[in-house]
Amino acid sequence: MELTFYLAAAVAIIATILVVTQYNLIHALLYLVVSFMAIAVVFFTLGAPFMAALEIIIYAGAIVVLIIFVIMMLNLTHEDVQHEKEWLKPSVWIGPALLSLILLAELAYIFMASETSAVATQPVEAKAVGMALFGPYVLGVELSGMLLMAGIVGAYHLGRQKKKIVHRFLERTEA
Amino acid sequence: MNTIPMEHGLLLAGILFIIGLVSVLIRRNIIFMLISVEIMLNAAGLAFIVAGARWVQPEGQVMFIFIITMAAAEVSVGLALILQLYHNLKTLDSDAANVMNG
Repeated sequence: MELTFYLAAAVAIIATILVVTQYNLIHALLYLVVSFMAIAVVFFTLGAPFMAALEIIIYAGAIVVLIIFVIMMLNLTHEDVQHEKEWLKPSVWIGPALLSLILLAELAYIFMASETSAVATQPVEAKAVGMALFGPYVLGVELSGMLLMAGIVGAYHLGRQKKKIVHRFLERTEA
Repeated sequence: MNTIPMEHGLLLAGILFIIGLVSVLIRRNIIFMLISVEIMLNAAGLAFIVAGARWVQPEGQVMFIFIITMAAAEVSVGLALILQLYHNLKTLDSDAANVMNG
């Protein structure tokens, strides 16, 4: 189990680094799918098999496919990849990367300074999660339902294209 | 047997979060910024799962379900905004949208 965890963690880190260093959006998204699947394996080794399934279905399935459809609608060309290459110069990324690495080193130091404690052996079953979700946290479930409804309505409202009607004499824009 | 230290799981979450944070800071393409926000949200969810596994409580996984719900709503609204931005400005450069249309 430990070897599986560390291998999946290494795959997740490498795939995520490859996501943020790609110039082509589609290649980055494919590495993102690999990263999400590696994190799903990490969830499985940590005793959360239901969350591993949700990670693959929702993140690697729904969200990445949604982004891919939007990229297909945008009609990007090789020029956009060239732009991306020009924007990602070392002078741009070296400063934020160094400062963030310092923060990460501090975080690692704090973790390693505290006494170590292993995660538990027995997994938390999906049944326990469901009982907690619809017991004490039922208000959160209802609120996330409202959030999803607001997301659907907002996405429809924002994504609507204004149709432009051109007449010979009068030009007006119509919703 | 399962003897993974909790610190290693939290460290993995921290590394993934930092990678996403750096990517948000250095990228100008607005879709890459949205992807990086997804990476950061996922890392936060991983930290909750690790904490839930440490104390064998279902609360960590409950929080992960809430995070995944929020990420789905956020990405749909964000992609609609990106479509509008591309429709109006014909570019994905986030710097092109930093002036008001007054």
